[in-house]
Amino acid sequence: METKLYTITVFSENTVGLLGQITIIFTRRAINIETLSVSPSAIKGIHKFTITLFATEDVVSKVVKQIDKRVDILKAYYNTDEDLVFQEIALYKVATDKLLEKGSIEDLVRKYHIRILEMNSDFVVLQKAGHYAETQQMFDELSESIGVLQFIRSGRVAITRSKVERLSDMLENIQQKFEKK
Amino acid sequence: MANKITGAHAFMQALMQEGVDTIFGYPGGAIMPVFDALYDYDKHINHILTRHEQGATHAAQGYARVSGKVGVALVTSGPAATNAVTGIADAMLDSTPMVVITGQVGAALLGTDAFQEIDVVGITQPITKWAYQIRRSEDIAWAVARAFYIARSGRPGPVVLDFAKNAQIQEVEFDYKPCTFIRSYLPIPEVQPSQIEVAAALINGAKKPFALIGQGVILANAEAELKAFLEKADIPAAWTLLGASAMSYDFPLNKGFLGMHGNVAPNMKTNECDVLIAIGMRFDDRVTGDLKTYAKQAKIIHLDIDAAEIGKNVIPDAPVLGSAKDTLPSLTAKINSAKHTEWIASFEEYKKLEFEKVIQREVHPESGEITMGEVIHKITHATNNEAILVTDVGQNQMMAARYFNYSKTRSMVTSGGLGTMGFGIPAAMGAKMGAPERTVCMFAGDGGFQMTIQELGTIMQEQIGVKMIILNNHFLGMVRQWQEMFFEERYSFTEMQNPDFIAIAKAYRIDGTEVKKREELDAAIADMLKDDKPYLLVVNVEKKGMVYPMMPAGACVTNILLGD
Repeated sequence: METKLYTITVFSENTVGLLGQITIIFTRRAINIETLSVSPSAIKGIHKFTITLFATEDVVSKVVKQIDKRVDILKAYYNTDEDLVFQEIALYKVATDKLLEKGSIEDLVRKYHIRILEMNSDFVVLQKAGHYAETQQMFDELSESIGVLQFIRSGRVAITRSKVERLSDMLENIQQKFEKK
Repeated sequence: MANKITGAHAFMQALMQEGVDTIFGYPGGAIMPVFDALYDYDKHINHILTRHEQGATHAAQGYARVSGKVGVALVTSGPAATNAVTGIADAMLDSTPMVVITGQVGAALLGTDAFQEIDVVGITQPITKWAYQIRRSEDIAWAVARAFYIARSGRPGPVVLDFAKNAQIQEVEFDYKPCTFIRSYLPIPEVQPSQIEVAAALINGAKKPFALIGQGVILANAEAELKAFLEKADIPAAWTLLGASAMSYDFPLNKGFLGMHGNVAPNMKTNECDVLIAIGMRFDDRVTGDLKTYAKQAKIIHLDIDAAEIGKNVIPDAPVLGSAKDTLPSLTAKINSAKHTEWIASFEEYKKLEFEKVIQREVHPESGEITMGEVIHKITHATNNEAILVTDVGQNQMMAARYFNYSKTRSMVTSGGLGTMGFGIPAAMGAKMGAPERTVCMFAGDGGFQMTIQELGTIMQEQIGVKMIILNNHFLGMVRQWQEMFFEERYSFTEMQNPDFIAIAKAYRIDGTEVKKREELDAAIADMLKDDKPYLLVVNVEKKGMVYPMMPAGACVTNILLGD
């Protein structure tokens, strides 16, 4: 089976130790987490984890089931890139004098659609949003030409191409069933 | 305003609300306020002081497995919690409902490496259904209610409550509501009619159907539903180690024990059937052997309550998600009555082969040293096949599983998934406490018996009437067997010089007999079973006994060695 990049989305209650419970499942199977981002979701009190990993579909489906099984996990599912709109964000700190020596800042802005977050006589902080390959390409170009003092890239954030966040439907169903009881 | 009580008293009240009447425990610094409260509840809650925290957890497991209730263990922090870890992991792998309460240092000291502080939640998260730290007395009622609900519902399992000392002392208004719903947790998936249709169609088209029965049937109390299902379509069935006693030994469709040391016929028939129906079992490697050659000719139906089990090891053609209590009757309603006389008769040939090659010499030897099988055979008959079997781990376990007969459900307590040596004695104590009216026979090897031998103290103090049988071969028998078969008879550290077990039992004021000759065996068994008191029977069996049949680890399910 083919190994490729999958994105796992996990909705959980906001309780202590949830991240540990999720990462244990990766550790047991010796799978590396490529990127991870955690934040409150659109629904109050529910947190959303976005995790990317390289695996076969067979493995990723089992990992997702084992995550979903944990008591405080509301829902876990996985997608490939085709199912998602996704983004990462990267910050680059470069020396101001070197950047000016390089020549046109305008070219850089136009080519990579960057924003300049901070600029002083010592350094400039550039921000680029994009897919991994895009932020990496800009890093490679800057590294080779003027050097990068500091670089940081966020985990992936992703939104499915389906119409609604699946969780809201699910929560409604669960609540209705409980009330019927 | 309601009266305030201490957290420790609130905790006792909460346990009573959950119907707890028996606790296995061991006191210590960080749990002392709870033990102090327990002193006031001794009329309602029977606390059994074990001799080690591992013993407390295994006893709680044994209690839970025979009674169907949640087992409870109560221990202190730090080393007590780490001692309890083996039992917690064991309960996780064998789906045993258990709540383990560990003391913890006060919340203000958390994370400071305080005396006897250890990260219990962190350690136990991978081996529990739920692990939670109670840091405030306001959370006690909620956490206890939730713990018991999670432990017993759906696929059962262990829950750890790590109880900070300050929360045991702080006063709180006690307001208890049982937990019946957690929105992020769906313990019993609803039966999906479409899945039932697909599975029923496969069964109705089957000429050679075969069912594999796991503990899921027992945990769902679905033994009667199973029988109705098997009888309607005349389906032969075999059981996993944990599924033992779901079917009575004399039920005609019961075709025996699956797996590495299981019966020949059900293992061979796994690769001959046309529809394989797995019910509440998880296709463990000790059952399947090599998955690449496992039941490839068959359509596979997998009934399980846990979605994560479906497709984990074997990808089913027809998954059926749900409790066996619900799925089996739904399936029975949709299948046709059928007869598979010829197919069922075809099991006999292998049964005969196994009897001639293995069972005859193991169970009915005419000369030579005493065999493990004959001891078990004699004891199951002496108890009219009605006793509860508890085993330790190793050759004693496989022999007992093979040759003990089960006429009632919940009659077999063993450490299957984790394979914990030392499980036997404490689990037998718990089993006897959970089913006091029944005879409990515990088989152990000389190795495993010495791993938790200190629990003889508990048996003495509480006069727990367990019948303990050591099958003494002066070896770590199963490892020795593997050394003989796969490591060129290099017996690396498996031979044991043993103490006088009877003298040890006597020191604990437990009656016992040692048997060296075949002629002494019947009388010794009769002596053991003459009353309901604890008893130790030591039987010196052949030193190099082998458990056959054997499907070597990772081999094809039909690659069965018979030892000739």
